[in-house]
Amino acid sequence: MTHAAVHAQPAAPPAPRGWTSWLTTTDHKRIGLLYFWTAFAFFLVGGVEALLIRLQLAQPNGHVVSAETYNQLFTMHGTTMVFLALMPLSASFFNYIVPLQIGARDVAFPRLNAFSYWVFLLGGLFLNASWLVGPLFHAGRWNVAPDAGWFGYANLTERQFSPGPNIDFWVLGLQILGISSLAAGFNFIVTILNLRAPGLKMMRLPTFSWMTLVTQFLIITAFPVITVGLVFLMFDRFFGTHFYLPQAGGTPILWQHLFWLFGHPEVYILILPAMGIVSEVLPTFARKPLFGYVVVVYSGILIGFMGWGVWSHHMFSVGLGPVADSVFGATTMLIAVPTGVKIFNWIATLWGGDIRPTAALHFAVGFIAMFIIGGLSGVSHASPPADLQQTDTYYVVAHIHYVLFGGTIQGLFAGIYYWWPKMTGRLLDERLGKWHFWLQFVGLNLAFFPMHFIGLLGMPRRIYTYAPELGVSTLNLVSTVGAFLIAAALLVFLVNVARTRRSGARAPNDPWGGATLEWSIPSPPPVYNFSVIPTVESRMPRWRTEHHAPMADPPAVPPAPIHVPAGSRWPLVAALGLPILALAPLTHTLWLAFAGAAVLLFGIYRWAFEPFEV
Amino acid sequence: MTHASVTHTSMGLDSRKMAFWAFIGSECLLFGSLISTYLVYKGKSVVGPYPHDILNIPFTSVSTFDLLMSSLMMVLALAAVQRGDMRWAKVWLFMTALLGMFFLGGQVYEFTSFVHEGLTLQRNLFGATFFVLTGTHGAHVTVGVLWLLTLWVRALQGKLGPANAMTVEITGLYWHFVDVVWIVIFTVVYLIQ
Amino acid sequence: MPRPRRLWPLCAVFFLAGCGGRFPQSTLAPHSDFGRAIDRLFTDIFWWAALVFAVVETLLLVAIVRFRHRPGRAAPRPTHGHTLLEIAWTIAPAVILVFVAVPTVRTIFVTAGTAPPDALKVEVVGHQWWWEYRYPELGIVTADEMHVPLGRPVQVAITSADVIHSFWAPMLGGKRDAIPGHVNRIAFRADSAGEYWGQCAEFCGASHANMRLRVFVDSGPAFETWVRDQRAAPAPPAPGSAAEQGRTVFARSACIGCHTVQGVSAGVIGPNLTHVGSRRTIAGGMFPNDSAHLAQWIADAPALKPGSIMTRMKPPLTDADIAALVAYLQSLQ
Repeated sequence: MTHAAVHAQPAAPPAPRGWTSWLTTTDHKRIGLLYFWTAFAFFLVGGVEALLIRLQLAQPNGHVVSAETYNQLFTMHGTTMVFLALMPLSASFFNYIVPLQIGARDVAFPRLNAFSYWVFLLGGLFLNASWLVGPLFHAGRWNVAPDAGWFGYANLTERQFSPGPNIDFWVLGLQILGISSLAAGFNFIVTILNLRAPGLKMMRLPTFSWMTLVTQFLIITAFPVITVGLVFLMFDRFFGTHFYLPQAGGTPILWQHLFWLFGHPEVYILILPAMGIVSEVLPTFARKPLFGYVVVVYSGILIGFMGWGVWSHHMFSVGLGPVADSVFGATTMLIAVPTGVKIFNWIATLWGGDIRPTAALHFAVGFIAMFIIGGLSGVSHASPPADLQQTDTYYVVAHIHYVLFGGTIQGLFAGIYYWWPKMTGRLLDERLGKWHFWLQFVGLNLAFFPMHFIGLLGMPRRIYTYAPELGVSTLNLVSTVGAFLIAAALLVFLVNVARTRRSGARAPNDPWGGATLEWSIPSPPPVYNFSVIPTVESRMPRWRTEHHAPMADPPAVPPAPIHVPAGSRWPLVAALGLPILALAPLTHTLWLAFAGAAVLLFGIYRWAFEPFEV
Repeated sequence: MTHASVTHTSMGLDSRKMAFWAFIGSECLLFGSLISTYLVYKGKSVVGPYPHDILNIPFTSVSTFDLLMSSLMMVLALAAVQRGDMRWAKVWLFMTALLGMFFLGGQVYEFTSFVHEGLTLQRNLFGATFFVLTGTHGAHVTVGVLWLLTLWVRALQGKLGPANAMTVEITGLYWHFVDVVWIVIFTVVYLIQ
Repeated sequence: MPRPRRLWPLCAVFFLAGCGGRFPQSTLAPHSDFGRAIDRLFTDIFWWAALVFAVVETLLLVAIVRFRHRPGRAAPRPTHGHTLLEIAWTIAPAVILVFVAVPTVRTIFVTAGTAPPDALKVEVVGHQWWWEYRYPELGIVTADEMHVPLGRPVQVAITSADVIHSFWAPMLGGKRDAIPGHVNRIAFRADSAGEYWGQCAEFCGASHANMRLRVFVDSGPAFETWVRDQRAAPAPPAPGSAAEQGRTVFARSACIGCHTVQGVSAGVIGPNLTHVGSRRTIAGGMFPNDSAHLAQWIADAPALKPGSIMTRMKPPLTDADIAALVAYLQSLQ
């Protein structure tokens, strides 16, 4: 990069063209968009699964789907929403927004980033292929999707009780997806810790980036545990071991411990990014700094740590004994404290503000309102004796959906409406956005609030039908109506997206008056993000504070050419090795294992020795 | 030269090294779960062979020593690369890999003799937990050996030097980690019965 | 601690008349000491939660209404935090949680599942997809419905013969999982006679939804009668009757491989049918025990209960055979 070259080449490298450039991209912004569209598509798939579930349960003794199909539907709804929708939707913001917020040009390992995306896509396709490939396994039906719940309790998942390929798809698919999440975890930890702009001390980091960091630590510590659990299940199913079988001295409870040691941190993985989004959206639209930034950050970190000490609250009916139950009940109640502290800080952020009711703000406030409900039902679960009536009933289903739909999904939509202009260069229509919010808000409450009562009136979960005598038929019907209202709301969102794609108002650098670095650059940003990496002097660099004037935005044109990597095909090649490898046990074909390993190794070697300059 | 190796990073640490430490943290949870399961199921096997019937402490002590020596070789290899002494770097890299291969050979011998004595994956919980735990470790050693041999070949091709000392340092981190895990396994499985 | 208030708002809003008969699996109408202990605790927690809900949602609502943007409004004061507030809203919820935790721990130990030594012992074994009940001290083995005496402590020992199930009769208390290789215990004393519904509450495969149960709390004499009838050998069917014909069909069919009828067969895969005629329900609690349902069930169980291993006979039974079997089974009182 000599000075002579300044005149010879354009200061800004041209954007890559053609669809093949998407296959080799290592640009975090493009990868973020890939994650977004793929995750949203899976979100709709999981939503259709939910609608079929609700149709079946709208009346007692329903006949919309068979029992086998129903059991596959609720399993895939849970698995899809957790692993293929909510986590990757959060990842789309980790990818697009975090490097911008920290003043970096990309993530620490751009090819590893691409690898994570391709592995996610391939894992999701692998898992969902099970809906259609029944004939290949002589199943006598099309769908052989996993059917033992998203939590797959042993020993129902053992070969003896689940002889078909359904659980094999589940075990292998989750292993593939785990690799995607782990790789991204290492990448983002290093990115956030090591690639911050000058002056951007940790206590000046935007809350979304902070919560992303905590989430990544949770991912890299929790996923190995479920990996081990799945390996044991794989060995039981394929090699005849007895890890979860009582006949040989084992116990199915081991699976539950391993699963929930992962599973509880997983729910914090699901909620913390959305909490981070809310912590950004509220100050922007209340035109006030986040109240208690330091406390909010430390609460997030504390929740991350404490999340490791509560896992057996998912096992209160297992009979662990009164001492274990008491301990886990206590730790679970304790974790409500930092969570509540965050809520109070958010309300205090709004208090005394000058609140502009944009669509993004609606969703952020909606998050708080619904998360309070989900959190309170969670507190009732924290009491083991009370939980003996609630666990495995629709009361828990209500809790889950208040925190994950009322919470995470509303939080993610707040992020979507907030960062859409930055990511696409167009503003979404605000009026349609509010229609989306209200339809969805009413829908989610209609769908999930009755479930508290349905559960307390004695309807267990994961049942494909129920007796009319239980007296929960009307409540179930109301819940189904709510679910379809949510679907209508999502249609409004899709209409909004379609309409504004070409003709929406063009977004300026900073449509909202945001405080953080992503608003200092064009929408969408140039491929190199910042023409000049800024030096950061405060927590809200773009706002005037008592001690600092607002920072000057980077110049429109970089003073010297900025090198941007051209991309690489090896992440995709390496990623392809994984589903090939997974096909080997699934189809009992040994050579496929060698083929998959060979493709993976080949891809890794070419990747390692490829000249790639960041 | 990649961005990751540029000296200016927020924490002053090479990004690849930082990523690798995060990876090691993650691997601690992986091996921790495997070792915990071994401990939870210790003494729960319904039929034998049991650990005291079959584990050969003297033999395994030798292979433990072998792995420890290989870590020494690794330290010497890194030192050689850092000072630009590629002749000795090649020797020590190869010796590390060779000792790793001896360790693997010892594992293969041990596993096959256990199977002949009746301990299989399917036989009992001891077989299942033992083979999955030590097998996972062995797979990690195998990856390490391949990695070391790759570096050795690069060195033979003249493509390894002080400029890529970081790559060798990270290789060393991996190798030492795998060694430490073995110390824990040796202690928990073999020594404390 | 003030006397716990009943959950009347819940009842009122959803017209739960009597919080009982119309909702046979309600957790809000306990009829045992175990159930009442849980209900008291839940009521306490509910009112604390309602208080927190009211306060916090109100604060949120007031914030977004009062501080909504109005033209000409001055720029907000950039407050960054307030240490005293942070301490206050950390301690206040923690204190409330103590009020929840203390009764919780007390109730945990009270409901830990140990009954006095004179309790009636019942063993519950979960199968895919029916419940087996054994009374070891009385020498009774039955299925689908459990009978217990009113007012006497009962010790239930729960396990499974195959996968994890969960035994749950909501009006009599909380659930405990039925885990193969483990035994979980519930102890309770029912305080009113009646029929209490429940069902399996841990996903256990294709017909998890159909694994239903009933617990009958009988007054003293009624319970003694039930015990006597269950222990008695079944009366032989009258000669030349349809029931006798049915016994012949039974004895030559595959039924004997799975079912036990005392004196006739000894299969242990399916429910013990020695006194099946005395039961209110059949097929794991799915259907009323009447001729029509019995006939349909015997003809094609998997069609009614997905996954059932009670497959159709080969060659299929004739209608006459089925009618005879039904008569026989109904005679097994």
